[in-house]
Amino acid sequence: MAKVVVVTSGKGGVGKTTSTAALGAALAQEGANVVVVDFDVGLRNLDLVMGAERRVVFDLINVVQGDAKLPQALIRDKRVETLSLLPASQTRDKDALTQEGVKNVMAQLREKFDWVICDSPAGIEKGAVMAMRHADIAIVVTNPEVSSVRDSDRIIGLLDSKTEKAENGARIDKHLLLTRFDPARAARGEMLKTDDVLEILSIPLLGIIPESEEVLRASNLGSPVTLLSPTSAPARAYADAAKRLRGEQLEVVVPLERKGFIGRLFGRKVA
Amino acid sequence: MPPRYPRLVTNIESPSFIRLRGRSFMALVLAPDMPLATWIAALDAQIERSPSFFDNRPVVLDLAGLPREQPDIEGLLSNLETRGIRVIGTEGAHPSWTGVETWGRPLPSGGRPTRDPTPPDETARRAPPPEPAAAEPAGGLLIDHPIRSGQSVVFEKGDVIVVGSVSSGAEVIAGGSVHIYGTLRGRAIAGFSGNPRARIFCRRLDAELLAIDGVYQTAEDMDIKLRGRAVQAWLDGEAMRVAALD
Repeated sequence: MAKVVVVTSGKGGVGKTTSTAALGAALAQEGANVVVVDFDVGLRNLDLVMGAERRVVFDLINVVQGDAKLPQALIRDKRVETLSLLPASQTRDKDALTQEGVKNVMAQLREKFDWVICDSPAGIEKGAVMAMRHADIAIVVTNPEVSSVRDSDRIIGLLDSKTEKAENGARIDKHLLLTRFDPARAARGEMLKTDDVLEILSIPLLGIIPESEEVLRASNLGSPVTLLSPTSAPARAYADAAKRLRGEQLEVVVPLERKGFIGRLFGRKVA
Repeated sequence: MPPRYPRLVTNIESPSFIRLRGRSFMALVLAPDMPLATWIAALDAQIERSPSFFDNRPVVLDLAGLPREQPDIEGLLSNLETRGIRVIGTEGAHPSWTGVETWGRPLPSGGRPTRDPTPPDETARRAPPPEPAAAEPAGGLLIDHPIRSGQSVVFEKGDVIVVGSVSSGAEVIAGGSVHIYGTLRGRAIAGFSGNPRARIFCRRLDAELLAIDGVYQTAEDMDIKLRGRAVQAWLDGEAMRVAALD
């Protein structure tokens, strides 16, 4: 039974696209058939993070409007063969997404894959609503700061009212993915505490992804961080989050960078 | 009743409270159609049957049913005026029409249609008014999930009970009291339709705004010692009091 997941946040720049790529790759590495779908029509990025930007021919809009068949638009990953990408169109805008067309595409994706992971655009307008519309599960990506938390709260309200599940009286499963978490700043009290974020949003925690240079490096190299440097702290956090998504019970810990002996000696700043 | 304006209330207890009230009026909506002469004739027949129906009633003129070429609205308005119909505003005018601003104030958006009022046939009966019905049981509105940022719960008939938190940027508006079994981070507005006995209760106070019957306090005015505590808020005359419950 295929699961449709929307990765959403309300606020931009919190790590939706990075998380979509990393979780999609982590699930695919364990053998599941996964497609990551870019819903950010007009501002597509997922193709870059997946390193597939030079292989895009057809896109989501072409399939929605019936100009191309779904298999023509799907791009299979070169590193993990069970991972595919359905890119967004860069030249169109969100108005090109029709309700009927999106529904159709999602139904086809459900037949082909075990996991359909939709990368939502920022905002609460049509694009974001279309991305969440057919989801069974929502991953709400949040940074530990007040504006991100409030925007996430707003998005959770939309998830409970504008999705197909909600309109049929059912509840969409919602999970919190706390990203760009900086343990040092958290210790100094410069960020919202995890408990506070959980209390405000009151949805279960899927994982805590530490802030890391590795994430930026992976994006720039066009690879999900879980594939490029699987032993790095963020990659391990994403891999654990993927396991929890599949239903495994794992305690949430914040993975830290592994340091060598010298690093441990000089790793702590005095001031 | 003369219209009441928001007024400034000051006393030592409450240095800067402004009283705001919500009031809803029911406006009748008249939607003329073509040909206007026939419509006016039908209106006259209506007035014949119930002469006092339009007395002191605010009337809104819905022009959406008229053809695109601008009809003689000024003539229509003066026709209505001679029949004692008070047009307070118009809506649905085509954007290309001129002189819209002279036909009464443009109406604020957000008006909701209500059930159609039926004009009484005053010529037929002069029966005694019916016994006032027993007061409707004032039920509360129970919500058992959190109120998220951007959501607004409005219940004019009585209390609102929320089993969960009210987020920053969310609001709960009740004609009666507001009860929050969770953290109140957004706005709570009690006694909205003029009930000074309404109260606000919450298990944890972190509110952006508390208001009872128009008297309000923002987060800045609140006693810092009450933050994070279970509190109730009520009106003592014109002053809002907030006290811990435990």
